[in-house]
Amino acid sequence: MRTWPVIGTIAKRELAAYFESPVAYVFLVVFLLLSGFFTFSLGGFFELGEASLTSFFTWMPWLFLFLVPAVGMRLWSEERRLGTIELLLTMPVSTWQAIVAKFLASWAFLAIALALTFPVVITVNWLGDPDNGVIIAGYVGSLLLAGTFLSIASLTSALTRNQVIAFILALMLCLLLILVGFAPVTTMLSRFADIWLVDTVASFSVLTHFEGFQKGVLDTRDLLFFFSVIVFSLFTTGVVLRSHRAG
Amino acid sequence: MIKVENLSKTFGSKRAVDDVSFEVRKGEVLGFIGPNGSGKSTTMRMITGFYPPSAGKVSVCGFDVSENPIAAKEKIGYLPESAPSYQEMTVLSFLNFAAEMRGLRGDERRKAVRRVVETCHLDAVLGQTIDTLSKGFKHRTCLAQSIIHDPEVLVLDEPTDGLDPNQKHEVRTLIRRMGETKAIIFSTHILEEVEAMCSRAIIIDQGKVVANGTPDELKARSERAGAVLVTLHGTNVETVKERLSGIAALGHADVLQAQDGRVTVEAFPSADAGAEREALAGRIAEMAIRENWKIEQLKTEEGRLEEVFRSITMPDTDIIKGVA
Repeated sequence: MRTWPVIGTIAKRELAAYFESPVAYVFLVVFLLLSGFFTFSLGGFFELGEASLTSFFTWMPWLFLFLVPAVGMRLWSEERRLGTIELLLTMPVSTWQAIVAKFLASWAFLAIALALTFPVVITVNWLGDPDNGVIIAGYVGSLLLAGTFLSIASLTSALTRNQVIAFILALMLCLLLILVGFAPVTTMLSRFADIWLVDTVASFSVLTHFEGFQKGVLDTRDLLFFFSVIVFSLFTTGVVLRSHRAG
Repeated sequence: MIKVENLSKTFGSKRAVDDVSFEVRKGEVLGFIGPNGSGKSTTMRMITGFYPPSAGKVSVCGFDVSENPIAAKEKIGYLPESAPSYQEMTVLSFLNFAAEMRGLRGDERRKAVRRVVETCHLDAVLGQTIDTLSKGFKHRTCLAQSIIHDPEVLVLDEPTDGLDPNQKHEVRTLIRRMGETKAIIFSTHILEEVEAMCSRAIIIDQGKVVANGTPDELKARSERAGAVLVTLHGTNVETVKERLSGIAALGHADVLQAQDGRVTVEAFPSADAGAEREALAGRIAEMAIRENWKIEQLKTEEGRLEEVFRSITMPDTDIIKGVA
């Protein structure tokens, strides 16, 4: 079986493509600046007076809401616009291998972006004595969250040749996944809906499942949630790509 | 090596390809001709496994493209229409990528890349990103990608599109050379290419195969095939016409030019001439000698592919007479 070498080749090309265009560097700078701004200014890192990265991770879903669709929007729409999808899929590779490969490459890019936030970890360790287990869990959660949003962006970019439309669609879907568990929204909902209904709706939110990671808890249910959204979105990406060609 | 059986493809209510069957053997170059939108590219996309067929089947080197796509695709080299490639990559990294996708590693990969760079004359642009290249180079980069694994089957969708005359000549030579050991399908709407490169041609129109044969066979279907063009000196139109009418195999003759005792006539054999058809030129020559006319030129038309193509794909318009 040549599955993994092929996936590796596509992923390598894809990842290199990010760094061959200036967009990658712009993205990294914007991500690092914004995460810093959110952590220290909006998050009140110093005012909290505790040795933790709570303020850093709390803002992560909102930051990813804009930045991850920006990374994922080109995944398939670009291939379709340039016609390279025809080149790629007539090479000895199956559609799902190509989808997984491209997804993994973008995910790796986001992982690099996350890894580059290491100065906050150093800072908080230098200033105080934080629980680094919680910080690691926070990073794992952030990575899964990024993957979840990315898989949605992969799906929307398969729907259209237009990157802007792909971006907006992904943003809307990700926003929905955030809002159904966002405290102001759930509070509003609970005024005219039963509590079980509110809870059920909220259980579809990435916020609900991201919370555990922020507290340092790795719950299988949360892991399962993120992975099922990823698998579902990538599977649907395949269905969409196939339907374009099926006629 | 390529076997296409009753292949159809529908998009919505539009039937893009309708019950197409043909076969290409090793050592054959099949030219695929047809008007724009006739289903050439769609057929090729089904052969290469990009489009799943709505009906029918394709097998490449014995592998069914729908049931065993990876094995089939490994055997195929494909140049899609408009030669797409990853714009931000350099030519070298793009070719390395294509080679790796074909399972070539290390030394094998380096050799393969060197070979196609030489074949397609890309050494001057290896380090350039593809979006900075001229159309000819972009095209050849994509062509290089399609032959990097030395495939047994080559599918080329308009391989000479957008190339200058020198480049066209080179690509044609290349295809003819590779055609000796591979099975090649290429599409074009330049008919002289079909005559220059193909061992067989298929004319496709509105998704259907309307003609299939060697270029010579197709040309013979032209109305002008077998017509004799003759220019005679030292006579006049009336005498020539009169004498010509004495030849049994003659159907009708058109006078193309007549001045200063110089007459050019195109003589068509009659429909029921049978074996006498081929003898028409000889009969005319005998007549000229008998009458002591000087023959300036005498030639039997092979027929023109262009004419066949037009009469098949535009049957309602009477172009054959119009061109003449």
